[in-house]
Amino acid sequence: MIDGIDVLIMVIKVLVVFGFLLVSVLLTIWAERRIVALMQQRIGPNRVGPFGVLQGLADGIKLFFKEDVTPTNVDRSVYFLAPVAALLPAFLAFAVVPVGRGFHIGHRVITLHLVDLNVGILFFLAMGSLMVYGIVLAGWSSGSTYPLLGAVRSTAQMISYEIGMGLSVVSVVLWSGTLSTSGIVDAQSGTWFGFVPRWFIIPQLPALVMFLLGGLAETNRAPFDLPEAETELVGGYHTEYTGIKFAMFFLAEYLHVITTSALVVTLFLGGWRGPNILPFLGPLLFVGYFLAKLGLVIFLFMWARATIPRIRYDRLMHLGWKVLIPASLVWTMITAAMVVLPQEVNRTTLIVVVGIVFEVALIVWLARLTTTALRRGRLRRGDSHVV
Amino acid sequence: MILAATGPEIAFWGFAVVAGIAGFFVVGSRNVVHAALYLVGVLGSVGAIYIVLGAEFVGWVQILIYVGAIVVLLLFGIMLTKAPIGGVALDNNQRPVAFIVAATTFGGLTWIIWRTFGGTRIRLSPTRTAQIGNSLFTHFVLPFEAVSVLLLAALVGAIVLARRD
Amino acid sequence: MSYYWQYGTLGALTAVGGAFVVIAFLGNRLMRPRKPRVEKATTYECGMDPVGEGWSNTHIRYYLFAFLFVIFDVESVFLFPWAVQLEKLRPQGTVLVEMIVFIGILAIGLLYAWKKKVLEWVK
Repeated sequence: MIDGIDVLIMVIKVLVVFGFLLVSVLLTIWAERRIVALMQQRIGPNRVGPFGVLQGLADGIKLFFKEDVTPTNVDRSVYFLAPVAALLPAFLAFAVVPVGRGFHIGHRVITLHLVDLNVGILFFLAMGSLMVYGIVLAGWSSGSTYPLLGAVRSTAQMISYEIGMGLSVVSVVLWSGTLSTSGIVDAQSGTWFGFVPRWFIIPQLPALVMFLLGGLAETNRAPFDLPEAETELVGGYHTEYTGIKFAMFFLAEYLHVITTSALVVTLFLGGWRGPNILPFLGPLLFVGYFLAKLGLVIFLFMWARATIPRIRYDRLMHLGWKVLIPASLVWTMITAAMVVLPQEVNRTTLIVVVGIVFEVALIVWLARLTTTALRRGRLRRGDSHVV
Repeated sequence: MILAATGPEIAFWGFAVVAGIAGFFVVGSRNVVHAALYLVGVLGSVGAIYIVLGAEFVGWVQILIYVGAIVVLLLFGIMLTKAPIGGVALDNNQRPVAFIVAATTFGGLTWIIWRTFGGTRIRLSPTRTAQIGNSLFTHFVLPFEAVSVLLLAALVGAIVLARRD
Repeated sequence: MSYYWQYGTLGALTAVGGAFVVIAFLGNRLMRPRKPRVEKATTYECGMDPVGEGWSNTHIRYYLFAFLFVIFDVESVFLFPWAVQLEKLRPQGTVLVEMIVFIGILAIGLLYAWKKKVLEWVK
């Protein structure tokens, strides 16, 4: 039966998730600027609050008080709708991520999981596919050439990598036999040899690599940040946006990074699971594990941004369609073959070995493609095109 | 369970009305991109109706494929054309004919569905993805394989149309 | 928790997000300065006067990629129920083969696109 207390718990959970996302966006913006600065021998924002930690908040407040300039050439209703369309799916997607072990208060079970859909993975992918709208609508409604080009580019990039990302999730679904995020986290419980956690990063390492690649491209982050390539397209799809509407796009981008990272943690790093070394903390310990892993994956995103130069558009499409999609299809089939093997075979050992071989082959292939592309690039210098 | 008894019906009618109104505007709006956005409203509401009826896999697939892929394809198609933003009224003088065709189709479909399922009552219970997998890969193998051929044909057709060589 | 409860929660989260957007926009409307000038409302082109209509036709290859995307998106959707049930349907034996045929046919399509140089960006 559902009573008032259930409703109250639901409302509290919704508000907590919402608040958590907002705060973590602010922290991520600050952390990114600091970390990238440190990696580039700079200091980064350090004035607002201790270590500059309130920088994100300060930027947000600044944008909130900015004038809202709407160019005359825009399609007003769609122009207004675009930032909302970018924001909503980005933070709805977090709803299916389990963030900790459930616990009891009296006879009531409190799950630290906002919605445990049977098709959680599909929900996440659907929200990812809706992310395209914010960008394409912003580009179209701005009535300006740069945003339009940026939006079309960005959309083509996102849809290209969405496939690779979806297919790499399929192999995780094969391995765990469920589409529910909590089911996938449960499938990663226990250990091998008593100390190696049964996280999917071990049997599904190639899927993790492909998912991360797809995630970087889906979120339009460096080295796949062509939609916002400031040297070519001013600001990309959000060139004509100012003030609070621009802030919405900014928020959406970082939310997308956070939700994608949260899904990486759920699918490959055991979700909130970890050794119960401090039992007196109770469920808090597991939330701590989740947050620590989440921070680690977000750090990977920042590290990539600080390290890898922006990839050229033709190579980007090449990587998406000629490497990522075929590779993820092959890996799905390999995983499927492992799953239907007779029970006597130790499929985990086998898939780890095959996975390493696959990884090496993938890296060799990538290296070969890069070198041939470089050689061709030297022959036909200056052949990169924008449109 | 008060929520489970009346909630779904309210939700069903809510989404159905939204889908109907949005469908009207798909046809009625003068701007193609606005029409595409109303189409998102229609398809999204249909997806939500699937979910209300317990078919959550189909519902999310509806949103993933139709909203997330097919309307995006439509938008790309619009961007191919020389249709600058707003202003231009895209219309012709075939409204009466279009109305007759649409009304006939609507009436025919309503009649058929009413005749077939008019008095049927369904029990709402969520369908598991596993059930879909079971029936798809044991009873409907041939249609499933036919889908791949259909998709291949569509793909080849698009490439042939888009390329001159 | 029941099926509809989950979706009710999802609806509540959507409502909170919508409320956030509405409050942010309304608050911004009250707080922001408003000093309209004709120059401000022109399209931004790095300080130059804007040229053209702010529209450029996109290349057909974007459409082709979108088309390929639809095809492979449909394919990946079929993979999900199969992936969930593969292990349980193992005694049946042919489930893997069915999917290999399905993917094989679509892989021919990808190969065709590859050979037709649809996947090449620079020609």
